[in-house]
Amino acid sequence: MATLKINGETVTVDVADDTPLLWVIREQVGLTGAKYGCGIAQCGTCTIHVDGSPVRSCVYPVGALTGEEEITTIEGLSEDASHPVQEAWAELDIPQCGYCQPGMIMAVAGMLNDNPNPSDEDIDAQITNICRCGTLARVRKGIKLAVEKS
Amino acid sequence: MADTGLLSRRGFIIGTGATGLTIGILASCSPGTSGPETAAEQLDEVNAWVHIDSDDTVTVRIARSEMGQGTLTGLAQLVADELDADWDKVTTVYPTPGENLARERIWRSYSTGGSQGIRGSQDYVREGAAAAKAMLIEAAANEWEVPASECSSENSIITHGPTGRTVTYGAVAGAASQLAPPLEVTVKDPSEWKIIGQPKKRLDTADKLTGAQVYGADITLDDVLKDTDATPDRLLCASIKQSPKIGATVASFDASAVENMPGVQKVVSLKDPFGEAQNAVAVIADTWWQANTALEALPVEWEGGVDFSTEAFEAELDDGLTSDEAFVGNGGGDLAAAFAEADQIIEASYNMPFQNHACMEPMNTTALYTGDRCEAWCPTQNGEAALAAVSEASGLPIEDCEVYKIHLGGGFGRRGAPDYVQQAVMLAMEVPGTPVKLLWTREESMKHGFFHPTTKGRVRGSLDADGNLTGLHLRISGQSILAALIPQALQDGVDYATFQGLLPSGVDERLEDQTLKYTFDNFLIDHAMRNPPVRPGFWRGVNLNQNAIYLECAMDEFAHAAGRDPLEFRLAHLQDNPKAAAVLQAAADGSGWGHDDGKHRGLCVMYGFGAYVAACSEVSVSDDGVLSIDRIVAATDPGYAVNPQQIEAQVEGSFVYGLSAMLFGEITFVDGEAQELNFDTFNSMRIADMPGVETIIMPSGGFWGGVGEPTIAVAAPSVLNAIFAATGKRVRQLPLKDQNLREV
Repeated sequence: MATLKINGETVTVDVADDTPLLWVIREQVGLTGAKYGCGIAQCGTCTIHVDGSPVRSCVYPVGALTGEEEITTIEGLSEDASHPVQEAWAELDIPQCGYCQPGMIMAVAGMLNDNPNPSDEDIDAQITNICRCGTLARVRKGIKLAVEKS
Repeated sequence: MADTGLLSRRGFIIGTGATGLTIGILASCSPGTSGPETAAEQLDEVNAWVHIDSDDTVTVRIARSEMGQGTLTGLAQLVADELDADWDKVTTVYPTPGENLARERIWRSYSTGGSQGIRGSQDYVREGAAAAKAMLIEAAANEWEVPASECSSENSIITHGPTGRTVTYGAVAGAASQLAPPLEVTVKDPSEWKIIGQPKKRLDTADKLTGAQVYGADITLDDVLKDTDATPDRLLCASIKQSPKIGATVASFDASAVENMPGVQKVVSLKDPFGEAQNAVAVIADTWWQANTALEALPVEWEGGVDFSTEAFEAELDDGLTSDEAFVGNGGGDLAAAFAEADQIIEASYNMPFQNHACMEPMNTTALYTGDRCEAWCPTQNGEAALAAVSEASGLPIEDCEVYKIHLGGGFGRRGAPDYVQQAVMLAMEVPGTPVKLLWTREESMKHGFFHPTTKGRVRGSLDADGNLTGLHLRISGQSILAALIPQALQDGVDYATFQGLLPSGVDERLEDQTLKYTFDNFLIDHAMRNPPVRPGFWRGVNLNQNAIYLECAMDEFAHAAGRDPLEFRLAHLQDNPKAAAVLQAAADGSGWGHDDGKHRGLCVMYGFGAYVAACSEVSVSDDGVLSIDRIVAATDPGYAVNPQQIEAQVEGSFVYGLSAMLFGEITFVDGEAQELNFDTFNSMRIADMPGVETIIMPSGGFWGGVGEPTIAVAAPSVLNAIFAATGKRVRQLPLKDQNLREV
């Protein structure tokens, strides 16, 4: 059994402690915005926030949570896609297939929580998500637009 | 005359006229002969392509799959423009492959590949929209009792000119749907386009920003219940493990070891979708995590298989480079004389390793089998092939099967094959009445790809004393995709698709969009086929990718050996093809080619998928050999540019795909097993690796070229040539990872 505070609601789930948070969120909580991409914290498509910081949930065992942490998924980032990152993404029409974008958006939003005006070097170091469609050039523009909107 | 029912459920036959712009319609059949009523065939559809609600919402039916490339939006732009629709009220829907079958393939091909989505359907899609518009106008004219010729349309509103009366499309759509389609329609001249050519926002973005977009991997019971008439009360999940070694089969597995693990419902072996042998084991469980956990614990013994190794295969590729026997793809003049009289001969060999498509969304399908019906929810690049796979795997008539298409989390050519669809159906048949979602792990998706084939290219060029290229021999050695996948497409053993981008005009009408645009006096381009047992596939850009490396790195080597400017050297061979010369010149000019500014630049120009593409890349290489790709200027002439901002997106993305392969991409095999099984060993470009890309779109009109693939081919050669400019060293071995570029 594990208790999670997720997108402002408290949820109790009956799963093994070593179950990755990603799969608890997808299969027990029923929020499918966070994606499975690699399972080894390489691609970042599973990125969510734990207490506002980006976390690759595919390798984060649910048993490591105390139940006090605030978990945020893409579904809880804003009520109406009004987070500056989402607005910037819409304005620049960034997603292609879109599968990686919930993780990309959460990674960027998490970075901006700690660092509201990242340099290009900060972006290079902190945004390491994979996008095979190749939205990377627009993602960099989107981060800068989101900073302006914040 | 093409005998496909184009416009109407009423059984009219459409023929594409010789001009390609007008259609004749023969009223040949009575109503109701073109198949049973289906879900998409709502009574008030104007025609197969367009449904308009009373609130003026225009729903465009899209047959091709959306996998990120923007085809959905582009096709909707084509229809909306021809329809004079209000773009703000346009939405889209996929008609199912089953509906297409029931309506005698009224939407024609569902295959989404070869950069064909728009160029391969623009004519009949626009004609269908033009017919729908004519029917709407006729309905309004009938209501007003005026000649249709006095009415005009704009923004989903019909106006009667003499009286100024107006009516919206939604108000007359019902009446229009009862009219016979026009006997002839003429589509707009490009000068009349208002929506085509505009940088419209994608129609599929909103849900991709909030997690609301449902991909195949996300399917839940609720999603299934929206489509099926069955009433399942739960959905099960499955994970699969296929033979890790090429060609191996299941010798035994101990289901009892995992049957009591949490959530486990069934432990089974599965047959090869393309053969009869049992070549996989799978676990069905309440959740996917439970299924995969049990699968990892399942004891399995494999037997047989092929001891293939990429290292050993190098010798076969090298043998092909110098073999006396090869299939000729293109050539002319007197090559032997050119070499005999050469002032110098330049020779270089390059390689292309196996690549995995590595779609971000691993392979998956959800299937529901009820004994007399089988349905599948799948991300597929070919809905009709997926439907056929459902029928084959379930043993049910195709009429009793259905496929619900879902936007793909990447396709790149991998999702044209229906292996994962068949497997999901086989698993669903284990639990009739309950849908099963099969999701491959990343590792399965890496092991069991349809890999970009491996080849090597050896180029020899002869230069005269004035630095002119007098002779060229390009030998390709390696794998044929068609020989493995579509052997009936070989012509006397030749796989002409191997020569993509290098072909003469006239060899095969299906390859007319893949011809060589350079003019050479004396040349030979041939292919020594060397087929490994690795399953090849169509990987975004396909054979254009390596052919561009072989030809365009060689052109650079020749130019430098001749002491000539690589731009001028290329242009000298493009005098017969001004459009190819134009994109090359534009990319070079945009980058500042020829400026003495300390930048290190490299060029590439190609023609493929019916489009002219070029790139000028700028790089720097540190003293210790580390590469930085600083800037890329790309130019593309796709004839018509339906959505410029989405073309930019495809061009930018093409560099990520092409350069990821150049930098990191390599699947090696040892003892028949693929070694790179995840992104830790099969890396992909990150934002830190990504240069700014400036895209010059220069549509010259008069033809429809592709966009999603051709630019990939110019990515690697332009960067490799720039690396030479920076270091004076040629990198001829891909991928670049782990190489010190100053010591190669």
